[in-house]
Amino acid sequence: MTTQTQPQAADTTDAVTVRGVDKTFETRSGQVHALQSIDLTVSAGEFVSLIGPSGCGKSTLMRLIADLDQPTAGSVSVFGKTAKQARLDQDYGIAFQQAGLLPWRTVSANVGLPLELHGTSSRERTSRITELLDMVGLSDFSDRYPDQLSGGMQQRVAIARSLAEKPDLLLMDEPFGALDEMTRERMQTELVRICAETGAAVVFVTHSIPEAVYLSDRVVVMSPRPGRIQEIIPMALDRAPAAADGLREERAFFDMVTAVREALHTGSPVPSGPRGVENR
Amino acid sequence: MTAVIPGRSATDRRESVLRVVAPVAVGVIVLGVWQFLVSVVGVSDYLLPSPAAIVEQFVEFFGSMVSATGITGLNALLGLVVGSLLGILLAALAAGWRPIDHMSAPVVASLAVIPIVALAPVLNSMFGADSQFGRQAIAGLASFVPVFINTLRGFRQTLPVHRDLMKVYAASSGQIVRTVTLPTAVPFVFTGIRIASSLAVISALVAEYFGGPRGGLGGLISTSAASSAYPRAWAYVVASIVLGLVFFLAMLALERLATRGRRHS
Repeated sequence: MTTQTQPQAADTTDAVTVRGVDKTFETRSGQVHALQSIDLTVSAGEFVSLIGPSGCGKSTLMRLIADLDQPTAGSVSVFGKTAKQARLDQDYGIAFQQAGLLPWRTVSANVGLPLELHGTSSRERTSRITELLDMVGLSDFSDRYPDQLSGGMQQRVAIARSLAEKPDLLLMDEPFGALDEMTRERMQTELVRICAETGAAVVFVTHSIPEAVYLSDRVVVMSPRPGRIQEIIPMALDRAPAAADGLREERAFFDMVTAVREALHTGSPVPSGPRGVENR
Repeated sequence: MTAVIPGRSATDRRESVLRVVAPVAVGVIVLGVWQFLVSVVGVSDYLLPSPAAIVEQFVEFFGSMVSATGITGLNALLGLVVGSLLGILLAALAAGWRPIDHMSAPVVASLAVIPIVALAPVLNSMFGADSQFGRQAIAGLASFVPVFINTLRGFRQTLPVHRDLMKVYAASSGQIVRTVTLPTAVPFVFTGIRIASSLAVISALVAEYFGGPRGGLGGLISTSAASSAYPRAWAYVVASIVLGLVFFLAMLALERLATRGRRHS
């Protein structure tokens, strides 16, 4: 593990520790090995992307961390607790590929949903909702219903909702997967800003190489059948807000994109491009 | 932009005027042709009474129209309310507990295919000739089926992403039902009730043809027809149509109220 990319002190508890995790699904046609001997540590405040082809188990790994599924073998801990305890303690926020808003609730009622479920007083809730909508730039839309918003705006509402309880860990499963390229890049820039503001660690599932490179401190490249970690590539990009806009056109950015692409191709069964890329 | 918007709103206005004027025009034309057939062409009165004669009877027997509509309407309403409540309750149980689902499926399937008319004489003799209960039970049975089927469907529409989200929030099962399951099911429940509202009126009315106390719309239609008072029979038919429409519109309004804020796109 490199320490230079971790913005916070090294002595804080790691956000996520995955040790020797296997996950097998029983299907009608037999067992499917979704994940095999996964080891991964995400430090506090670190942005880690999981990337790989369909069926490599990246979403499954995220669901294990979220305690939405249980590992067949191995252990998952979040801030030193079991995944289940961390879920019960609301230690993480989550956003899915679908925004998953409740269509019968207004934007602000959607953002306030987790606070409402956990008994936050209505005055505190109102002020937190205002803060969150401000953060994602949707203050003027608080009384609208989800159907009245574009896909990108709905996803911003979902991100605001995932941040509602100021979690130290964000789990995001292809949250920008359904958006067009322009909206996607804008959302990525906003996410970098939001992460800098909140200091949360992020586990980000994606299958876009530039997206993973642009956002991450480290990119975890996974390969399918059975899902396993092919390579973990640290990113060395200057992600200061001032530099963030030009980042996508820099030489270093393209070098990193190439590194991730080659690691992905090494793991795929189809031989393509140069092999034997150096590790890290 | 500024040139387009007033243009569009003018078309909108023309559209909504047309929506009111078109059916009214059709009604006036049909009534005109009807009256023409009877008074000029000379179709005999027992085949087809003239609209004027029907209106005359309607006005003459207005008091009886109102009380008959009240009796049949009350039977239909009681049946609709009780049948819908039972339908929702049983659907909730079936959605929450598989064995009940399996047990209720054949019962509901057989209820759905019973011709309601066939039950009327049986229930009338079961509960006595002076009781309205048989009619209310028939209206209730007729309402139960569509409400049960639609509500059960509604309870199964919860999206996987919403279920995951509720698990992530560690929500209690009561919270899950209140925040996700019920609101998801509401439009389905109301579709069921809207279908049931028409069925309840029809069943309550038809049940009166098979004996039991007189005074309801169905009873008076058959009495009037039997005594050759055709215009009066038709006047009661008009009152029945009005009753059915009132039920349907009331349920539609209730549905709009319950699902407001959802149809914006």
